Amino acid sequence: MIKSCVPKTLSEALDLLNKENYLLVAGGTDLLVQHHNLKTLPIDFKKSVMYIGNIKELQGITEDENYIYIGSGEPLQRILDYPSIPTLLKDTIKEMASPAIRHTGTIGGNIANASPAGDTLVPLYLMNALLEIKSIDGTRKVDIKNFIKGVRKIDLKENELITKIILDKIDFTKAIFKKVGSRKSDTISKLSFAGAVTIKNNIVIDLRFAFGAVNVTVVRRPEIECQYINLKLKKVKANINKIVKQYEPFIKPIDDQRSSKEYRKEVSLNLLRDFIENI
Amino acid sequence: MAKIEFKLNGKLVSIETDLNRRLLDVLREDFSLTGVKEGCGEGECGACAVLMNNEIVNSCTVPIANVMDKEITTIEGFSETKRYKSLSEAFEKEGAVQCGFCTPGMMIAAESLLNKNPNPNDNEIKEGLSGNLCRCTGYNMIIKAIKHTIKDGEDK
Repeated sequence: MIKSCVPKTLSEALDLLNKENYLLVAGGTDLLVQHHNLKTLPIDFKKSVMYIGNIKELQGITEDENYIYIGSGEPLQRILDYPSIPTLLKDTIKEMASPAIRHTGTIGGNIANASPAGDTLVPLYLMNALLEIKSIDGTRKVDIKNFIKGVRKIDLKENELITKIILDKIDFTKAIFKKVGSRKSDTISKLSFAGAVTIKNNIVIDLRFAFGAVNVTVVRRPEIECQYINLKLKKVKANINKIVKQYEPFIKPIDDQRSSKEYRKEVSLNLLRDFIENI
Repeated sequence: MAKIEFKLNGKLVSIETDLNRRLLDVLREDFSLTGVKEGCGEGECGACAVLMNNEIVNSCTVPIANVMDKEITTIEGFSETKRYKSLSEAFEKEGAVQCGFCTPGMMIAAESLLNKNPNPNDNEIKEGLSGNLCRCTGYNMIIKAIKHTIKDGEDK
């Protein structure tokens, strides 16, 4: 039988999850639309639903000297309004949806949806975000790149919940997020790109690129990035054609109603080139 | 079925309902608040916008379960306020209403924006209205109406 529940505390939620399999709904901005069917109002969920939007422990943002801890149920707008959130993540959230959706859509929801076009995934991959995951058996931490297994596939057991997103407090010299969609707001990315660089005394000491919506998950290639670390900026820039060529095989977009694979590939590589040229 | 309590247009309400219903349907069907419109049903048009704890949300993507202990204001509740009066006069004056279907959502978006930022510039107004579609006015009149409201507020 399908039965839905609204736990008010994390321990209540973890207890329930341990007994039965639930579809987790946080803000509802994606799942209500995915399951909406005018013929079967209320929402046509095929399994029991746990609404986790009332759990206080999943909300709020805290920080210490080295890390920022974002509650998985924190709505996007509150993350945008929190002072010490990295600019790269703020710039990404600004491009997402509309004020109404940002007030209810959560960061944990965007991650767990594991859409290839999930916008927060791009800066989170770039910043090596860690996820804190809890179940009645304990707590574990997992790197976001290991958590996302494919299109809508995640490493989350039936009795587990994402509780926090943990970000390093890193200061890049320059970090940008670019989203290409058919309109400015309320749009799903055709493709997106994030680039970040840290330069000290003209030497590139950190260089990172992440591409969204051009493969089953975000494309990040540390083995390419590390070839250009501890080089003079001039030298990195001189290698621009080589870098673009190295990324080319990993940009494998699809044709769909939003865009074509040729367009997605060309624009992604152009954004990479543009970022390096303008460091 | 579960019991959900929340504040609706200033009054505490309590309903026994299926948890899998959308806030939009509860407002229209259980409380006859038909100023809340269903447009796209996908969170893209803003016709179903209401305020949840003074911030705009699309009631078509809000599960009623998430409304527990929240404060919801629909256009009907908002219409009792001073700011509604000045917005509504400005909408009339600037011709910001044609078919009227988007208007409740536009007013809610304006209120949400002005709650947070009482003196927005043009870009901030556009950003504030960016989740609300209007197929009649071309938006300029709506933006003008909001600027008109801000100016009136300053004059008083």
